[in-house]
Amino acid sequence: MDNKNAIISVKNLVKKYDDFTAVQGISFDVYENEIFGLLGPNGAGKTTTLEIIETLREKTSGEILVNGYAVEKDAAKIKRIIGVQLQAAGYYPNLNLVELMELFSGLYGVDIKPMEMLEKVNLQDKAKAKYKALSGGQKQRFSIATTLINSPKIIFLDEPTTGLDPQARRNLWDLIIDIRNNGTTVVITTHYMDEAEQLCDRVAFVERGEIIALDTPDNLIDKLVSTGFERKKEVKKANLEDVFINLTGKEWREDN
Amino acid sequence: MSKPYNNTKATLALAKASFRSIMRSPSAVIFTLAFPLIFILVFGFLGNGGIKVKLAIAPGSDVQNPIIKALEQNTVVKLITDKEPAEIKAELEKGHIDALIEVKKNEGGQPAYLANVQYTSASIDKGSILKSVLNNLLYNLNSKDIKPSIAELHESTVQGRVYRTIDFILPGQLGFSLLSTGVFGTAFVFFGLRQNLVIKRFFATPVKRSSIVFGECLARIGFALLGAIFIILIGHFFFKFTLINGAATFLNMLLLSVIGLIVFMGFGFVVSGIAKSESTIPPISNIITLPQFLLSGTFFSIDAFPGWLQPISRALPLTYLNDAMRSVAFEGAGLWDVKHQILILIIWGIGIYAVAVKVFKWE
Repeated sequence: MDNKNAIISVKNLVKKYDDFTAVQGISFDVYENEIFGLLGPNGAGKTTTLEIIETLREKTSGEILVNGYAVEKDAAKIKRIIGVQLQAAGYYPNLNLVELMELFSGLYGVDIKPMEMLEKVNLQDKAKAKYKALSGGQKQRFSIATTLINSPKIIFLDEPTTGLDPQARRNLWDLIIDIRNNGTTVVITTHYMDEAEQLCDRVAFVERGEIIALDTPDNLIDKLVSTGFERKKEVKKANLEDVFINLTGKEWREDN
Repeated sequence: MSKPYNNTKATLALAKASFRSIMRSPSAVIFTLAFPLIFILVFGFLGNGGIKVKLAIAPGSDVQNPIIKALEQNTVVKLITDKEPAEIKAELEKGHIDALIEVKKNEGGQPAYLANVQYTSASIDKGSILKSVLNNLLYNLNSKDIKPSIAELHESTVQGRVYRTIDFILPGQLGFSLLSTGVFGTAFVFFGLRQNLVIKRFFATPVKRSSIVFGECLARIGFALLGAIFIILIGHFFFKFTLINGAATFLNMLLLSVIGLIVFMGFGFVVSGIAKSESTIPPISNIITLPQFLLSGTFFSIDAFPGWLQPISRALPLTYLNDAMRSVAFEGAGLWDVKHQILILIIWGIGIYAVAVKVFKWE
């Protein structure tokens, strides 16, 4: 990263629900134009943290600046410069993809050509299909397309590849890298460490509402190795997923 | 970020999306259009017969006589000539035929004819009607050549507008259509959008909450108005529904529809807020709509209800909408003439939206 401007800065973020504390004082910066990963087990507080930055949830305490705007004061301004893909989200019923795109362009107050947006995620053939009729990978690609409508500075992707087959997953990685290469900062959560290793410039490990490690994937691995850690099994030059991709082909599947 | 965010644009985009979605939703189309139309068709074709007394002529009876001639002219009496005696007897017992008449030439001279009428205890009401029809008819026939000694009766009828069944039924059906689309439609849409996290995704955009509500309401009003236009025009052109002042009456009815719908949507918001799951929406909605369907003068005038029931009827908002609609359509009342009804609707509206604001949930 040659550009180290923090576009998101989180300081001492705390989120308390009635009987438990989901996030207990975490701090991190996301730099402009990087892919930043939030990793950790289910219930660690990743989604809560993301949704507070996205201004969808109120924080209990702490300070969050997104592109210089404070979440508690300038939620409307923040919403205009971010794109959000939620872990679980629905789309207006009975509408096809083009109509949904028109709806979102109205909601964001921008003029876009729906077909161009769908082409970005290779869904132009599904323009007249309903969201419900899409496969898992297509749904995720459509969700990502809706995050790009307002040409955001930052997009948030919450477990975008969960439940996808290896082809769909790799295609999504290419898409995410493209988006970053076009100048957008990406914040992503995932359970797949190979994915984080491939995609992310830096990752933060979240555990029980706290950040327990934050660095580049390389540095984190080197640090572990330097403690004398060794894998039980010798690492080969390829893994089983490479075999899978090699056997079944890398191209897009009609339904992924 | 130079351009300021445009709330109107967002609202209209939502209204457009919602309208498309409603038009593709089978249940919305069925409740708003098909149901009321079916009732209108049924009642339209049932027509304006009013009361008909079925009077069988006994086989073998003389039919070339002034009594039968006069009965044939009578609009209340329907003569039945093609039945066997056994059939007539059976139908009399069931009340399917209301009476039997046999007319014979009097061989003895005066009077010229003898008429025997047999009534049935299975149809006493219509029997009495027939009795007075016959009395009147025979009196006229018998006194044709005689100057009355005490008083002579002169009857005339004021030429009024024909009040058809459709003039009563259509406003009621229109009101009910607005009630169902307002309550069911609004409840399902907002519950669905919340449950399926559509609203959550909306919240990640700069759209305002008020835009979401206004957009939805605009779409529903647009849809309900289309339905109302459709119902009124079909009623008017196919079943002679009276629009006394033509286009002005039509517009007044549409305005009333909007007022009614806005009130009914308030119930929908409340239902969407208190429903715990999708499957509890229909029962809760039915608790609101069914009593109004039955008690608000949709099918029968509430004057026909027993005394203890009438206060309940007079408390329901649909009663006042129906009432106002009928006055506007048939009597040519302006909106100012039905201000009393509109006022009560507005009071209902204020009350229900006060509740809606309390119970409505966004997530």
